[in-house]
Amino acid sequence: MAKSTSKDAQALFHSLRSAYASTPTNLKIIDLYVGFAVFTALIQVVYMAVVGSFPFNSFLSGLLSCIGTAVLAVCLRIQVNKENKEFKDLAPERAFADFVLCNLVLHLVIMNFLG
Amino acid sequence: MVGKAEPVNGSVKSGSNQSIPATMQSPLKKSDLIPNLSLKTLKLKTKQQELLIRVSILCLVYVLAFITRLFSVLRYESMIHEFDPYFNYRTTLFLTEKGFYEFWNWFDSESWYPLGRIIGGTLYPGLMVTAAIIYWLLRFLRFAIHIREVCVLTAPFFASNTTLVAYFFGKEVWDSGAGLVAAALIAICPGYISRSVAGSYDNEGVAIFALLLTFYLFVKAVNTGSLAWALASAFAYFYMVSAWGGYVFIINLIPLYVLVLLITGRYSMRLYVAYNSMYVLGMLLAMQIRFVGFQHVQSGEHMAAMGVFFLLQVFFFLDWVKHLLSDTKLFQAFLRITVTTAIGVGAIALGVGMASGYISPWTGRFYSLLDPTYAKDHIPIIASVSEHQPTAWSSFMFDFHILLFLFPAGLYFCFKRLSDATIFIVMYGLTSMYFAGVMVRLILVATPAVCLISAIAVSATIKNLTLVARAKSKVTQTGSVRGSSSSKGSSKPFQRNGAIALLLGAFYLLSKYATHCTWVTSEAYSSPSIVLAARGAHGNRVIFDDYREAYFWLRKNTPPDAKVMSWWDYGYQITAMGNRTVIVDNNTWNNTHIATVGRAMSSYEDEAYEIMRSLDVDYVLVVFGGVTGYSSDDINKFLWMVRIGGGVFPVIKEPDYLVNGEYRVDKGAAPKMLNCLMYKLSYYRFGELTTEYGKPPGYDRARGVEIGNKDIKLEYLEEAFTTSNWIVRIYKVKPPNNRW
Repeated sequence: MAKSTSKDAQALFHSLRSAYASTPTNLKIIDLYVGFAVFTALIQVVYMAVVGSFPFNSFLSGLLSCIGTAVLAVCLRIQVNKENKEFKDLAPERAFADFVLCNLVLHLVIMNFLG
Repeated sequence: MVGKAEPVNGSVKSGSNQSIPATMQSPLKKSDLIPNLSLKTLKLKTKQQELLIRVSILCLVYVLAFITRLFSVLRYESMIHEFDPYFNYRTTLFLTEKGFYEFWNWFDSESWYPLGRIIGGTLYPGLMVTAAIIYWLLRFLRFAIHIREVCVLTAPFFASNTTLVAYFFGKEVWDSGAGLVAAALIAICPGYISRSVAGSYDNEGVAIFALLLTFYLFVKAVNTGSLAWALASAFAYFYMVSAWGGYVFIINLIPLYVLVLLITGRYSMRLYVAYNSMYVLGMLLAMQIRFVGFQHVQSGEHMAAMGVFFLLQVFFFLDWVKHLLSDTKLFQAFLRITVTTAIGVGAIALGVGMASGYISPWTGRFYSLLDPTYAKDHIPIIASVSEHQPTAWSSFMFDFHILLFLFPAGLYFCFKRLSDATIFIVMYGLTSMYFAGVMVRLILVATPAVCLISAIAVSATIKNLTLVARAKSKVTQTGSVRGSSSSKGSSKPFQRNGAIALLLGAFYLLSKYATHCTWVTSEAYSSPSIVLAARGAHGNRVIFDDYREAYFWLRKNTPPDAKVMSWWDYGYQITAMGNRTVIVDNNTWNNTHIATVGRAMSSYEDEAYEIMRSLDVDYVLVVFGGVTGYSSDDINKFLWMVRIGGGVFPVIKEPDYLVNGEYRVDKGAAPKMLNCLMYKLSYYRFGELTTEYGKPPGYDRARGVEIGNKDIKLEYLEEAFTTSNWIVRIYKVKPPNNRW
């Protein structure tokens, strides 16, 4: 049972890797950015677990800025991805402009919330 | 004969079906020498005619929504109504005088003496900031207007704006015809008017506009999948959070809607974009309001949104992996692992959070919505508010009229043409109707949904009927998309007559609705509550302005640092108009303090004197309706004073005041009732007064009995002021006797 699951996991991993290699470079860059943001969020959570959560608003603003920008980047990826039929008449420049605007609002609010 | 596209005034059609080109019309017009005022003389194409009709209808609806709320301003004067608006007025005045920084950091020592109240951190600033911005804008344009006029007219102004949003929302959900009907219905619907008349300067006036705007922008974001619309909806949500505590409804309805879409399989990438960006941005913006604080991550009422957020991440991640993997067997294995881990982690996190108390459970006010019997048993102060009682059928009929049976009809139409937007409006309608049934005040939240859904029914029905009625002139057309009835119209004049009869019936119903709404507004919802009116013996109108008389007396005849004790209903008015410190007011944030006042009111005079000395009370204010027959006075509210006081201080026992389970004030009343402070203060010197012809002196017109204890002597208080109709009575607390 364990052997089959580990073989399954390996096969899964290989097929995922090969399928992912075929995605275009710009999407891979966005994925890298999302990964970095989530990683930063995880570091912040670990730090909070070590030193405590006071002041809570600073912790929340740091965490939510990472999560927020990750989410917005995923939205950008969805809108820019050529395979999505729903967004085929949306110009990638417009998607990027929306992304920048939302990030601007996000970080302005974060700066107000940092305390 | 060529079928001319004449604009029909009663029904608005979506003009694209019958676009006869303008070139066919103009030769006829040039030869037509009769200078009539038909729209044809404006030489407009059909699309432009339709636009003109739509814009003029919207303008008329906008003006109508504003002027129908002005009854009380015309009858009485431009003043603030009720109790809560006085607090909002006072804070807006403070904001315009001292500026935003002082307002945001305001600590008020004039209420809840000796505790004070952190006003900056315990109010919803949206309404005050809105009124202040309008005031500053008008001042900038050199309109020297007083802030009170701005406050009085803020609610009707925003009601007009709500009609515009309702139009766009209706257009998004169904079509522009439904939008126009929705705007017209919501402009005069009594359920909304009740909380947004001129003078009712309360949070709901602005909040319903923000609610509808948030919903409209969110539905638009889901329909288009654009980040810009989701950002706009996050801003609208921020405005809603700043305006009213009812934003909890939004933050629970939208995740529920997303969940329903996921379950019914209607999900798409647009949903992901719309919900996620709105949630993150909206949550961050909402936490800027100090009163809301960290509730979005700590309170049980907001956890549904977070849960759906995580669910969406997992769901779409799985969707993406499925798209990447071509082998379904591997995907099944992956799916199993991920789903079990995700559910496990989520359940553990939720469990730990709730068990450790970090995630607070649903608070009393909202929990009583799910379990209506909760407040009655556990929190009497919530149960005592008249607006929190369950709704009777008569209230529904009174506030909605024909919309009550148009609502199920509209639901039927929505189900016939399901889309993301109609699913949303159906969910909004059903959930808000449930809550409206639990609490009278929430009829207000249900009103936009009911108006929209009824508008769909009205618009679709009238459209079908007019298609049948006009079928004779379109024999050659093979029928529009939905109008299967038009193909039968050519050979059956009976159908056409039936359609015309039904149309006339529909218009009759709608006109009755308009009449009813105006009557309800005029009779029931336009009273300022602070000024009472009645009919004299000869039919002339008599105005009782006792409240303001008493507050003005307080303002002019008491020392500036005097403390006034009264029941909490009048606190805001005393601080705003009398400008004196109060012990408790309508904010009701400290139940023990209110129970102390309740205990004082229901004790004998000497015990009450001890309590009043400990609170530094200088004056006591009671409201008494025995002379005028006014039934919302303190003796009728006395049972709540006993219950709330008894809830905290067991020395107050409710059975002491009851006789056979009821409160009486006549000779058969309980002795504790006849000698408690509230009784003495209300009926002092009343035993000598004849109030009605043929009745003995001391006849209480509000209770309809002759009072039991007519010979009242006050030992520790003395009467300071009684208004001209004895409605408000003020007593001065005597300082303690000298030792010798």
